[in-house]
Amino acid sequence: MSATGLKFPLPQFLMPKSRHVLPGFSLSLGFTLFYMTTLVLVPLLALVLRPLSLGLDGFWAAISTPRVLASLRLSFGMALAAAVIDSIFGFIIAWVLVRYRFPGKGLLDAVIDLPFALPTAVAGIALSTLYAPNGWIGSLLIEHGIRIAYTPWGVLVAMTFIGIPFPVRTLQPVLSELGLEVEEAAATLGATRLQTISRVVLPMLLPALLTGAAMAFARGVGEYGSVIFIAGNIPAVSEIAPLLIVTKLEQYDYAGAAAIGVVMLSASFVMLLALNGLQSWAAKRR
Amino acid sequence: MTKPFKRPTDDPLWLKLLLTGLALGFIAILLLLPLVLVFKEAFAMGISACWAAITEPDSLAAVRLSLIAAAIAVPLNTVFGIAAAWSIAKFDFPGKTFLVTLIDLPFSVSPVVSGLIYVLVFGMQGWFGPTLVNHDIHILFALPGIVLATIFVTFPFVARELIPLMMDQGRDEEEAAATLGASGLGTFLRVTLPNIKWGLLYGVLLCNARALGEFGAVSVVSGHIRGVTNTMPLHIELLYNNYDYVGAFSVAALLAMLGLITLALKSLLEWRYADELAAMHRH
Repeated sequence: MSATGLKFPLPQFLMPKSRHVLPGFSLSLGFTLFYMTTLVLVPLLALVLRPLSLGLDGFWAAISTPRVLASLRLSFGMALAAAVIDSIFGFIIAWVLVRYRFPGKGLLDAVIDLPFALPTAVAGIALSTLYAPNGWIGSLLIEHGIRIAYTPWGVLVAMTFIGIPFPVRTLQPVLSELGLEVEEAAATLGATRLQTISRVVLPMLLPALLTGAAMAFARGVGEYGSVIFIAGNIPAVSEIAPLLIVTKLEQYDYAGAAAIGVVMLSASFVMLLALNGLQSWAAKRR
Repeated sequence: MTKPFKRPTDDPLWLKLLLTGLALGFIAILLLLPLVLVFKEAFAMGISACWAAITEPDSLAAVRLSLIAAAIAVPLNTVFGIAAAWSIAKFDFPGKTFLVTLIDLPFSVSPVVSGLIYVLVFGMQGWFGPTLVNHDIHILFALPGIVLATIFVTFPFVARELIPLMMDQGRDEEEAAATLGASGLGTFLRVTLPNIKWGLLYGVLLCNARALGEFGAVSVVSGHIRGVTNTMPLHIELLYNNYDYVGAFSVAALLAMLGLITLALKSLLEWRYADELAAMHRH
């Protein structure tokens, strides 16, 4: 029986406060906060506080060495390039999956998530073997003088691999919700197909596309397992920032490792905030 | 004869073929070729060599360690996911949005940074390092460190599936049960759990896959002691760097099979319980 079925409204003091009807609030929230604080926030604090021992000048000296700057440039630059490639192909794949019918579409759709399902070390050794000069793809490219494995381009291939599911998965639901009506309206009003796509469809997909690109970028910047095998890890050439953290840790340079870690963590925070902003923008647009 | 009506939203055949070709080509070269290569390299010397590589003592130790780490991390993260979703979806409190954002953090943090933070807490130069050494407690380069790193990288999975799902379902049913005198645990087991079981399974599935396959974070805290602190992905790295390609790809094939099974189950859940899972993908 619903509350509105009552003949007389209950007096205020008898109305249950929603907070107290269900049990377990303090238990569940308490456990959540305890778990997150001990396992996540305190260790993160250890990372943020560590470079303080260096002082501001020391911190700057630690991250402004040519080797560190080169690794940061490589990680961020290649992640950006991979995000752009993933956005373009993600758009094409999402378009094909939503708009066209062909046999095997369901399988194709499932395969998109392969980079999520395949452990990064497995992807790493597979990509490295594939693009090595004697590999299936590498041997074809080497005839044309193109080297992928053990160069910065290997980093790009691995980051493109790891990021492709993001734009596809953010675009798919928006594209299928979009419906054909707006495009039909544009066509009726005399727009060419190209105008309809570029002025009507793309602007409506923009929040989803940017969200997917930002996720692919964030994943690429921090990616480790799938990159280190194919990259060759030549200092200042094909050495990514996460690997330099590992190298510094192996040399017991904890503060130096933490300094790079703080830069990467700050980037993660910025990306997280940007993603939140994008999502609320997308929600308003729908 | 008049031309048949062509809808303006239909792409011309050449464009359809071009785009489908591009999509299929990209997926085949970038995604499928590496997968095919893993199995081909694993069986390069025959099935018996592949089997021997997997059943070799160090490989088995790696499999065992990965399973133990996942067996500790996944249930803990499941309990956390349920608790977080219960408090966030069924109650109102200040700072809720911030908490939800914070739960997602491990997804955007580099795996290496996830490992690094535990080194800074428990390492020799870390906060508790000297104290731990004095009491002969091993966290880094031992099972506890591996478990901690695994927990960190996998803890959002269950929570982020359950939070939107339980928010979507509201709190009416639970309130009705509570009003009718059901206990808290009874309400959860008989009302909430049946409503969220497929979403929960979905989250646990993804959490487990990532727990078994995590490389970067575990690599930083494990110490790479062969047969002792090497998980499956770390063992792959060791074999590969020692030019034992059949061994590396055999263990990789085992992990790839696991990934494929996860993918198949995930697709099955998405297809079979599309309505129940829809809430998660709307958000």
